[in-house]
Amino acid sequence: MSKVEFNKEAGPREVFCGLTSIVWLHRRMPDAFFLVVGSRTCAHLIQSAAGVMIFAEPRFGTAILEEKDLAGLADAHEELDRVVNDLIARRPEIKTLFLVGSCPSEVIKLDLATVAEKLNNRFLGQVRFVNYSGSGIETTFTQGEDGALKALIPLMESSNEEKLLLVGTLANNVEDRFKKIFGNLGISNVESFPPRQSTELPKIGKNTKVLLTQPYLSETVRDLKHRGCEIISAPFPLGIEGSTEWFLAAAKAFKISELKVHEIISPLINRAKLALESHKEILKGKRLFLLPESQLEISLARFLHNECEMDLIEVGTPYLNKELMKEEINLLPDNTKIVEGQHVEKQLDRVRESNPDLVVCGMGLANPLEAEGISTKWSIEMVFSPIHGIDQAADLAGLFSKPLKRNQILTSKTLVTH
Amino acid sequence: MELTLWTYEGPPHVGAMRIASSMKDIHYVLHAPQGDTYADLLFTMIERRGQRPPVTYTTFQARDLGGDTAELVKKNIKEAVERFKPKTLLVGESCTAELIQDQPGALAKGMGFDMPIVNLELPAYSKKENWGASETFYQLTRTLLKEKVSSSEKISPLRWKELGRRPKVNILGPSLLGFRCRDDVIEIQRILSEQGIDTNVVAPLGASPDDIERLIDAEINICLYQEIAEASCEWLKRNFGMEYTNTIPIGIKNTIEFINEVHNKLDLPLTNKEELEHKSKLPWYSKSVDSNYLTGKRVFIFGDGTHAIAAAKIAKDELGFEVVGLGTYSREMARQVRVTAKELDVEALITNNYLEVEDAMKKAAPELVLGTQMERHSAKRLGIPCSVISTPMHVQDVPARYSPQMGWEGANVIFDDWVHPLMMGLEEHLIDMFKHDFEFVDGHQSHLGHTATNTKDLINSDDKKDNNPKEGIIWTESGRAELTKVPFFVRGKVKTNTEKYAILRGIPEISEETLYDAKAYFS
Repeated sequence: MSKVEFNKEAGPREVFCGLTSIVWLHRRMPDAFFLVVGSRTCAHLIQSAAGVMIFAEPRFGTAILEEKDLAGLADAHEELDRVVNDLIARRPEIKTLFLVGSCPSEVIKLDLATVAEKLNNRFLGQVRFVNYSGSGIETTFTQGEDGALKALIPLMESSNEEKLLLVGTLANNVEDRFKKIFGNLGISNVESFPPRQSTELPKIGKNTKVLLTQPYLSETVRDLKHRGCEIISAPFPLGIEGSTEWFLAAAKAFKISELKVHEIISPLINRAKLALESHKEILKGKRLFLLPESQLEISLARFLHNECEMDLIEVGTPYLNKELMKEEINLLPDNTKIVEGQHVEKQLDRVRESNPDLVVCGMGLANPLEAEGISTKWSIEMVFSPIHGIDQAADLAGLFSKPLKRNQILTSKTLVTH
Repeated sequence: MELTLWTYEGPPHVGAMRIASSMKDIHYVLHAPQGDTYADLLFTMIERRGQRPPVTYTTFQARDLGGDTAELVKKNIKEAVERFKPKTLLVGESCTAELIQDQPGALAKGMGFDMPIVNLELPAYSKKENWGASETFYQLTRTLLKEKVSSSEKISPLRWKELGRRPKVNILGPSLLGFRCRDDVIEIQRILSEQGIDTNVVAPLGASPDDIERLIDAEINICLYQEIAEASCEWLKRNFGMEYTNTIPIGIKNTIEFINEVHNKLDLPLTNKEELEHKSKLPWYSKSVDSNYLTGKRVFIFGDGTHAIAAAKIAKDELGFEVVGLGTYSREMARQVRVTAKELDVEALITNNYLEVEDAMKKAAPELVLGTQMERHSAKRLGIPCSVISTPMHVQDVPARYSPQMGWEGANVIFDDWVHPLMMGLEEHLIDMFKHDFEFVDGHQSHLGHTATNTKDLINSDDKKDNNPKEGIIWTESGRAELTKVPFFVRGKVKTNTEKYAILRGIPEISEETLYDAKAYFS
């Protein structure tokens, strides 16, 4: 393991909670509905994070707790029953309904598991109910996906068939590319979790080899292990290096020679390196500060340093699972400063002191930093854009070079803002 | 429990954030878990603010709940005060913290600070954003001025005469995330100053706690947005005798009435009465021949109370539209909206459910929708032009250019914003004349590209959940063909009316003749 500096920090945070992951999960599984049991804040949060995406009737909603629910005047379980009945009558095409716990539902200890069980019996054969928590008191941003996937595992049937299981939401086009490349390598039985239809859950068992596409799935990994799955240890498929190592690790698990892998992916690598050049020119030698939010920060830091030659000032992450991130941390340069957790004020002090060329941060902080003359990239874009794989390496670099390029064009100084 | 797919208003603490972020030298410590920080992006992204909202989130986690969350609150308050050195501190809770009852306001007051502390109790499970903003502004005003209540004499609106200076007024209500507040303030100040009236304080937008303490230097208050400022205006009236205005200066008539009201209250002679009608281009533009096509346009209105009521009055009296629907999501203003609706002979729609609004819109078959960004989406689906008149805010509602809703320039902006989405008069006339030429494809649309106006779509676009559309009525070939000849912008209405007529008469198949029968019946 490289000599990486680990730090922990606590204090006020500036991050999304796990509910936000509904924004991409509901698009991945168009036959599923996400019903948050929470407050008006939860409803407002999701619609604000989803922004302009609510053009029609969305496949997510909030059962908003009211005073009578809290005062015990109404039985919260009965109330939830009523809401679910209305919802299913309105949206008969829904196949899976996720009951999503929130901060208030966790604090009043609303037992969503029992509710889900009862509803499962009632709607047997029509709709399946699962529950998980996306609350801010327990989860940060992408951890919501971890909870949702973990909740689906008990519904996955067992099978001893040998297969490669890609775990973590991918953009559909990236998923198709990966499957094609694995096919060329000779791994033809490849499935994804979450699947594109919530009812088409992959079967799992002791011959299932799990390859993670996203770094924020600690709980899901633990439960997949319990079901006998083998977890392939690899860095994450971001950038050329990460993706190459990722393919190699999968090939090794399927006893496919390294030579074969190189033969298949070399042309892709050459093409990607060429595409990466123009971005590298902009990013090279620039100093990068990553604020915590998506847990993708460590992989991004590795890619931006190793392949784009950026200098790393600080790599923030909301949560660090050293075991899961082992391969990534090994690839980081010596003396990389990783900070787990956040005290947003102290961290912003360090941002200002270190005078970075680029800061990766959440949307609440981006414009204020830009106004101080510091270029930014919003972290939420990483979870909405197809960034995985060798073919996307240049696009991924482009997300970071674009603000710097824009800065050069506009020659922005500290602007008067309104 | 209430199923909500989308909400017009956020929770009440977001209203408090709107007040805190609008002002200077204020800090708001919010007892809240991580995730509630999403609200920052409303200000930094939608309003494009270059500063973070002055809010510290205590960020308590599940593991803190077993221990001492009160200590966490105190630690955050201490740090926030040391770092930001506010002149006034707001302390409150979001929905989750309300449940654990740490009483952060009381804790803050026990910490021995010199500055005024406002303890905000905003019930998250029964109230919403605008109420929260109103309550926060009220509590803040009360906290900063309560010591002056007993020592002050009632403020006479005529005091300026004794003092031998121009009259002074406060403009109350404009805030961040309020619809075009930034520009309304400039417009209203300009109008007042033309009348020889000075602005004492604008609040909350741009004001500091010192400015709030100076409110009583003015003679009267201008209540610009009742949703935010009425409670404060009422308190100032009760305790200091300060009169406040009721007229919202949106539209020509209301702007003139507003100026009259201010002059009457101040007993200031209005010398330029005749000039006022000519300050805006709206009256002439409305009257010009090109606007003939505006007369009687069917318009559906939904928004916050202030803007919906104003829009209804302008639509009817200043543009000659027919108001076919009026509603609001502001429950606090339901009564006033009902009164206006009654005057217009429509039923007021008071709801927070956007799907209900969409249904009402569909039934009313308007030619123009004036609504929020959500009604813009609904109208787009229905193929109806729309102009946005109200919050909730979208980045498009914060234009770079000067674009008020109030006063003379506001009336100009409103004329353009409402009329441009409709086809320009001549263009519409030409399309009507040439619609049977082969160059015109069915459903020819304005430059705005509406959807769902082609006949096939319309006939098939009945509510999908309704398996038995219009009780099994069938459109014959001839009926269908005749329907395509009807101008697209009234086709939906003609279709609905014809089907209604067919049901009424028990006609199972709609032919060309049924269409004309229905036309005669309903005309």
